[in-house]
Amino acid sequence: MSPGMSPLQRMGRWIGQHLVLAGGILVLIYMFVPIFVVVLMSFNDPKSRLVYRFDGFTLQNWLNPCADAAMCSAVSRSIQIGLLATLIATVLGTMMAFALVRHRFHGRSVANLAIFLPMASPEIVLGSSLLALFVAAGFAGQLGFWTILIAHIMFCLSFVVITVRARLAGLDNNLEQAAMDLYANERQTFLRVTFPLVFPGILGAALLAFSLSFDDFIITNLNAGNTTTFPMYVWGVAQRGVPMQVNVVGTVMFVISVAIVVGVELNRRRQEKALAR
Amino acid sequence: MSQVAESAETDGSTGAGSAGSGLHLRNLRKEFAAFTAVHDLDLDVPSGSFFALLGPSGCGKTTTLRMVAGLETPTSGSIALGERDITWEKPYRRPVNTVFQNYALFPHLDIYENVAFGLRRRKRKDVEREVDAMLELVELTSQARKKPAQLSGGQQQRVALARAIINRPEVLLLDEPLGALDLKLRRSMQIEIKRIQTEVGLTFVHVTHDQEEAMTMADTVAVMNAGHIEQMGAPAELYENPQTTFVANFLGQSNLIEGTVRGRDGEDVKVDMQGTVVTIPGQRAHVAGNAGDLGWVGIRPEKVLIAEEGQVIDAPGNSIPGGVVTDVSFVGVSTQYLVRMPWGQELTVFEQNTGRRRLFAKGERVDVSWRPEYAFLLDHTQDRAAGRDEDAD
Ligand SMILES: Nc1ncnc2c1ncn2[C@@H]1O[C@H](COP(=O)(O)OP(=O)(O)OP(=O)(O)O)[C@@H](O)[C@H]1O
Ligand SMILES: [Mg+2]
Repeated sequence: MSPGMSPLQRMGRWIGQHLVLAGGILVLIYMFVPIFVVVLMSFNDPKSRLVYRFDGFTLQNWLNPCADAAMCSAVSRSIQIGLLATLIATVLGTMMAFALVRHRFHGRSVANLAIFLPMASPEIVLGSSLLALFVAAGFAGQLGFWTILIAHIMFCLSFVVITVRARLAGLDNNLEQAAMDLYANERQTFLRVTFPLVFPGILGAALLAFSLSFDDFIITNLNAGNTTTFPMYVWGVAQRGVPMQVNVVGTVMFVISVAIVVGVELNRRRQEKALAR
Repeated sequence: MSQVAESAETDGSTGAGSAGSGLHLRNLRKEFAAFTAVHDLDLDVPSGSFFALLGPSGCGKTTTLRMVAGLETPTSGSIALGERDITWEKPYRRPVNTVFQNYALFPHLDIYENVAFGLRRRKRKDVEREVDAMLELVELTSQARKKPAQLSGGQQQRVALARAIINRPEVLLLDEPLGALDLKLRRSMQIEIKRIQTEVGLTFVHVTHDQEEAMTMADTVAVMNAGHIEQMGAPAELYENPQTTFVANFLGQSNLIEGTVRGRDGEDVKVDMQGTVVTIPGQRAHVAGNAGDLGWVGIRPEKVLIAEEGQVIDAPGNSIPGGVVTDVSFVGVSTQYLVRMPWGQELTVFEQNTGRRRLFAKGERVDVSWRPEYAFLLDHTQDRAAGRDEDAD
């Protein structure tokens, strides 16, 4: 550096040069602070009812995650609903996507548009009209697990169809013809070529569906009757003070999603390395 | 079109007689809604031959191949391999493989698995040995574990070839496999494909719109235009004796000069070509030949000799005086002249640079001539410009 520069000038210059980096770091901090707080709070040992203050370190929350049995049953219900809704919406949605991309039928363009409707309508509208439907159909007394499941499948479906359809539309159908030309019958062509190529889209759709379902509050709340899912539980206890175990659940969810992302990335790198040999 | 049907029939009888197998298309037709892509095609490809289907873009080459592969259903007609009718057979039950126009390699499988695909589907033993041998043949052994996207265009093309050939199909269909390659790679791949064909001895049907490629590679060339076969035969035969204006222009270049048939002189046909009577051998005259009929007298530019006015040229034949050189382009190995004839038409003349004759300059008066046995006579109802390369005009 030139000797005639004051330390202040030098610092200004350094900041100027590293502005982008600094900005990036700030954004990352902004994004991760809430998660960091959740992780930290999962080790909190609150001394008073002021549960939003870090009073001391403990492993108690992690050792007794089900101190509040109601929370654990809500979590397990949410997971059950999430998995079932994901499974059904993914299978149905994938089949719908195939039909929309591969078959010419009457009303195909209308169907292609209609698929967007549930995504575009406000949740509160969807939720209340579903409730009206259930009540009108005489299920007012049976609102609970199954009505939540039906609602979740419904709103996950559009997302699955759109994700898989995008993947499928990008698929060169010469590839399937090449497979047929190379002695693969219809079933083998699907299993060996079509499915593996569409699979990343289906997997993405399933992950999206699960997180949508696990997370949903508005539609669920309207159609749940006396049943409680995890988001509803957290909402319910938020006024009184959230038990620290909620942070444990949050941390676990976060770790799982990081693990998935890292796993996918590692798998990709491993494949690339194998190719580079 | 009567000559076309005739030539197809004669070829058919020899093809079927010599091998008893090979590929046979009968009245094959494909309509897409209101548009007919392939018109009642008759084609016989003898077993073990290298057959080229040559035609401009959109003439129905790919559609024909796809029907043979079973990827497109014919509207009518039949396809047979030897005695076996495969018109309605599923694609995976036909002993036919395709090298696709855009390769269509499986992007999720590596090169090795791409090549092994057909063998694995048929549960063949010895997959490993066969794939290794095939990768060796196309010189891709070191690339076996790469994905298609990591290969160059030429390498992908060889994978597509290997993936099809390894199955030893009765007929291998190649749909412009060299279209995406640059000229140099194209030439070397042409030699490569030809070498592989000789080595494995399979029947190749090679589709292309590059006439040079078709002529250098194939034993038999069929020239296709707007869903029809215009003419079929050995490359030299097609070039030397074209039967339609389309073939005359599409395969190389031709000078087509309007003339009036005077009548027959034994085998030969006498034609009054703008005041000069020229003679055309009977087997090269593709017209009815009644006196008074109009026709196109065709002559290839390299068959036309050019000389100073009044000088006797060595070709004892049709000599036409009164030309004026209007353009000279020196190409190195040869010189291309444009010569304006007394009736206003410009003829193209190629002259080899042997050094024995001097170059002519623009504006010089010259005589042109050619040996009668090189000329051909075509039907006047056909379009003189049919099949002409747009950018050559
Ligand atoms: N699926 C289809 N529907 C309607 N028309 C089609 C279809 N496939 C091909 N055609 C038409 O049939 C004609 C022949 O097409 P084809 O693909 O066989 O041409 P080609 O000779 O292979 O041309 P190129 O050299 O450009 O590949 C074209 O005019 C094309 O527009
Ligand atoms: Mg084509």
